[in-house]
Amino acid sequence: MTQWSGYLGLILQGALVTIELTLMGSVLALIMAFLAGMGRLPRFFIVRALATAYIEFFRGTSIFVQLFWAYFVLPLAGISLTPLQAGVLALGLNVGAYAAEVVRGAIQSIGREQYEACIALNLGRWQGMRHVILPQALLVMLPTFGNNAIELLKATSVVSLISLADLTFQAQVVRSQTGNTLMPFTTILVIYFVLALVISWGVRSLERRMARGIDGVRV
Amino acid sequence: MDWDWNFVREILPTLIQGVKITILATLLGSVLAAIVGLAIALARRSENRAVSRTVGFLAEFIRGTPLLVQLYFIFYVLPDFGILLPPLVAGVIGLGLHYGTYTAEVYRAGIDNVPRGQWEAAKACNLGAGQTWTHIILPQAIPPMIPALANYFIAMFKETPLLSAITVLELMNQAKSVANTYYRYVEPMTLVGAFFLIISLFSVVLLRWLEHRYGKIER
Repeated sequence: MTQWSGYLGLILQGALVTIELTLMGSVLALIMAFLAGMGRLPRFFIVRALATAYIEFFRGTSIFVQLFWAYFVLPLAGISLTPLQAGVLALGLNVGAYAAEVVRGAIQSIGREQYEACIALNLGRWQGMRHVILPQALLVMLPTFGNNAIELLKATSVVSLISLADLTFQAQVVRSQTGNTLMPFTTILVIYFVLALVISWGVRSLERRMARGIDGVRV
Repeated sequence: MDWDWNFVREILPTLIQGVKITILATLLGSVLAAIVGLAIALARRSENRAVSRTVGFLAEFIRGTPLLVQLYFIFYVLPDFGILLPPLVAGVIGLGLHYGTYTAEVYRAGIDNVPRGQWEAAKACNLGAGQTWTHIILPQAIPPMIPALANYFIAMFKETPLLSAITVLELMNQAKSVANTYYRYVEPMTLVGAFFLIISLFSVVLLRWLEHRYGKIER
């Protein structure tokens, strides 16, 4: 019988890398989502065109291709990235493009009367956004953001193909060292599933917390 | 980073070989996903709690774990149990199962959208369960689902590069092998990206048309 405990340690190290990637990717995705999502709203054509081009480009090509492009082609332009940086960049930009549409949809779903109320209260554009629109729109965005975060978690497995030692990569290492396939792959499937459950549980409890105080306002 | 058109001309035939496999995998995967999705949706409506619970959990599990790991599982673990699949077959099964869990939700929503009166009318006309499904419910439920289903098939198309990880010689794998042979990454990777971008821009047009043609529910 092989020493599973040692191999389990290896897989847990991979889990840490996967978690790290998911967190950093989510942060970048969140930033890009708000930049591009709100970028599709203003009257300036240039801003809208830029945001739309970003969203269509990153939703239109697959994450795998983007990752390889970031890792193999960008160095030729003088930008050398470590596998971790390339992974975070590709994941963040890709999922950010999907989430940007969520941000736009949520902001546009807020009724006209709320904007009119902002004007009536003499709030500036930014103040109205910050205090009236966003608190309501965020609540609409959250469930879909949760799904996006799970998609991002699942997409992190692709970075194993550019030799970043995440869960999937470590499972391959265990497979090549022991020749056993059932144990490593079943273990990481379960770990991925548990991580996905943690994300959806976290988003649900965040939703409950944020809904406090604006329950009565929403129709 | 210089772009060499002669090199592009040289590698294009190889890439087109890959495109054929990519399209074949997408088509077969879509057919399988459509069937698996319907089976899951029907099983989850089953009167038998054990069946609906088990299928529900399995679908949830498949949706919460990465496609890449599932492909590895099918390709590396199943042979231990005597099931040896060629790479393309393993890839199509992986795509079909993974996206089947997504299309199941589309079917579920579509079936739930058929008004209660239709079920009651079927019963009043003394139709059996099978007849009710094939003659009354599905013909009404399926057309409104078509745009959403097509959306998932396009998403699946963008995930096909993952099949290169289990040695299917589709577009991404051909591009990688070309790149590794000539030590030039710019052209192959960019061409792959451009190919996916062009197809998905076309598919946006197709989706709009499908939504226009089938999206409306006639009441």
